[in-house]
Amino acid sequence: MFREDVLSDLKEEKKKFDEKTEKLLEKRPERKDVFYSGSGEEVKRVYTPLDIQEMNYNDDIGLPGEYPFTRGAYGSMHRGRLWTMRMYAGFATAEESNRRYKYLVEQGSSGLSVAFDLPTQIGYDSNHELANGEVGKVGVAIDSLKDMEVLFDGIPLDKVSTSMTINAPAGVLLAMYIAVAEKQGVSPDKLRGTIQNDILKEYIARGTYIYPTKPSMRLITDIFEYCSENVPKWNTISISGYHIREAGSTAAQEVGFTIADGIAYVEAALEAGLDVDAFAPRLSFFFNAHNDLLEEVAKFRAARRLWAKIMKERFGAKNPKSMTMKFHTQTGGSTLTAQQPENNIVRVTIQTLAAVLGGTQSLHTNSKDEALALPSEDSVRTALRTQQVVAHESGITNTADPLAGSYFIESKTNEIEKAALEYIEKIDDLGGAPEAINKGYIQQEIMDAAYNYQKEVETNERVIVGMNKFQIDEKPPTGLLKVDPAVEEKQTKQIDELKENRDSKAVETSLEDLKKACETDENVMPYILKAVKVYATLGEISDVMREVFGEYQQSVKL
Amino acid sequence: MRPIRVLVAKPGLDGHDRGAKVIARALRDAGMEVIYTGLRQTVNQIVNAAIQEDVDCIAVSILSGAHETLLPKISNLLKEEGVDDILFIAGGVIPEDDIPSLKERGVAEIFTPGTPTTVTIDYIKENIRR
Repeated sequence: MFREDVLSDLKEEKKKFDEKTEKLLEKRPERKDVFYSGSGEEVKRVYTPLDIQEMNYNDDIGLPGEYPFTRGAYGSMHRGRLWTMRMYAGFATAEESNRRYKYLVEQGSSGLSVAFDLPTQIGYDSNHELANGEVGKVGVAIDSLKDMEVLFDGIPLDKVSTSMTINAPAGVLLAMYIAVAEKQGVSPDKLRGTIQNDILKEYIARGTYIYPTKPSMRLITDIFEYCSENVPKWNTISISGYHIREAGSTAAQEVGFTIADGIAYVEAALEAGLDVDAFAPRLSFFFNAHNDLLEEVAKFRAARRLWAKIMKERFGAKNPKSMTMKFHTQTGGSTLTAQQPENNIVRVTIQTLAAVLGGTQSLHTNSKDEALALPSEDSVRTALRTQQVVAHESGITNTADPLAGSYFIESKTNEIEKAALEYIEKIDDLGGAPEAINKGYIQQEIMDAAYNYQKEVETNERVIVGMNKFQIDEKPPTGLLKVDPAVEEKQTKQIDELKENRDSKAVETSLEDLKKACETDENVMPYILKAVKVYATLGEISDVMREVFGEYQQSVKL
Repeated sequence: MRPIRVLVAKPGLDGHDRGAKVIARALRDAGMEVIYTGLRQTVNQIVNAAIQEDVDCIAVSILSGAHETLLPKISNLLKEEGVDDILFIAGGVIPEDDIPSLKERGVAEIFTPGTPTTVTIDYIKENIRR
């Protein structure tokens, strides 16, 4: 990218600069001996063309919307369309969540994002023993199609795009969504949205797994296949680095482990006989945005380029859409502090800038009170407003990938890509992501990084404003949102009523048919859909699959 | 004297285990013997493990909002089993408003987000009942 004579002159100049600076430092040392990024990588004093002299603009950077997609998934990026402002929400009952969704849409939210409670995410009905105390807490409780009908009441499913954070029972919730749409007169081919459906990161970091790795991968490829034929506009998976990062990983690990998971899904689908260009365009990703603005921007760029290369070179994809990494971003929950929660608004703003400058397709911004409780309506509004201010006032949406060409950004992009690729190679050596997870490798790497981080915070090597520096005496916060414990009772009562009033014969038959499909290699989706429509509960359907597939046993390592 | 033994436990369906694992390692590095249960433990499993492993302290981590249901259940079962020599503490996303009533119901101390691990370590050292 640079002329030889420019580089050789620069080399001379840089040498002199280094000598001069070192001398000055004897009198006036820098603030630290070594400077580290948010992820603990060393950062140099200054970056120059020398740091990226090996790069070739056309091959390594290119244009937005063109291979290798370093500069963005689409040509016009945020000039064409702003990202989808998608606030993850859901709590208590379907009625209450429905109200919150309508509020968010009124306030300018452009897509829905459903948070389910833990029993729903782990395939238990609200009346299950293990659900006690968890119903409606971290999301909405869904026991049957009845709840789903209420959740989307008055929301036209052909007009909104809906993201559902659901993994092990993703097929069941998708089937319920399809069934609700049918009742609204909307056919499945009109539905737009995403199911998270990323089981590998559940074993690694998030914890809402049900079945062992093998049948779980099969359920995922069943969904890929079913959707490519019936729900073609649906994103069938959101391969998630978010939770890996929340669990304590570095930026490079977030990229490496997430893409290793992505590789495993592609391989599983190919093994099931699917054509790469038939399902790969519907793969989507989900990343975190932390506080080190420049490192995060580089991370998004590195992830896009690495995925493009892997899809093209490793899997022989032909359709450019199969090589394009589209991703959702959420700001980093673990970066927020319970102390002086207003400071979190500033953190979220930096993280929003990182996501937008990194070229995100959609964004959830965390609310200031998330280190304390579920967010209140007011704090959710401020979080959404943060996105709107960045979108309409900051000017950074006027041009695609404005930080490209920065010596530091390009160098950092290369560095993260290289480190991520090394993790992927290591995981390949272990037999792929599912094997590496079963061996506990990925969990261990993340844990080491998390523990280092904690030690840095406790020794004040890492400053967290308001927490280990600039503290004040604070009164405990008030006005936090609390879920009424009566929700559990209400849901339980509704299940009893449902079971009395539904066609129990039809439920029984549908569950038997589902069981048979699970035992063969038939696609389970049509059977799940049938069961859902006759109001079999989520717990009943999941229990059938538990019976056939068994349950995952976590490998516990410290 | 034998080292302090601690059971670090994740009750309920909560999958957030970063805090539990970090605290488990920190306690271990401070010279304690640590047993970590892994995810999705029932109240019975936690209390049984604590008794069988003869621990001095149960440290429960919970971020799912189910603390008001699950924590008192643990202290009640400890009482029922006649256990009075195990220190029972908890940590996680637990609002300040909920803490007094949880303490009344048998949780010795609650550590909220941002607490340095050293604070928890010192607390355990000073408060174990033997």
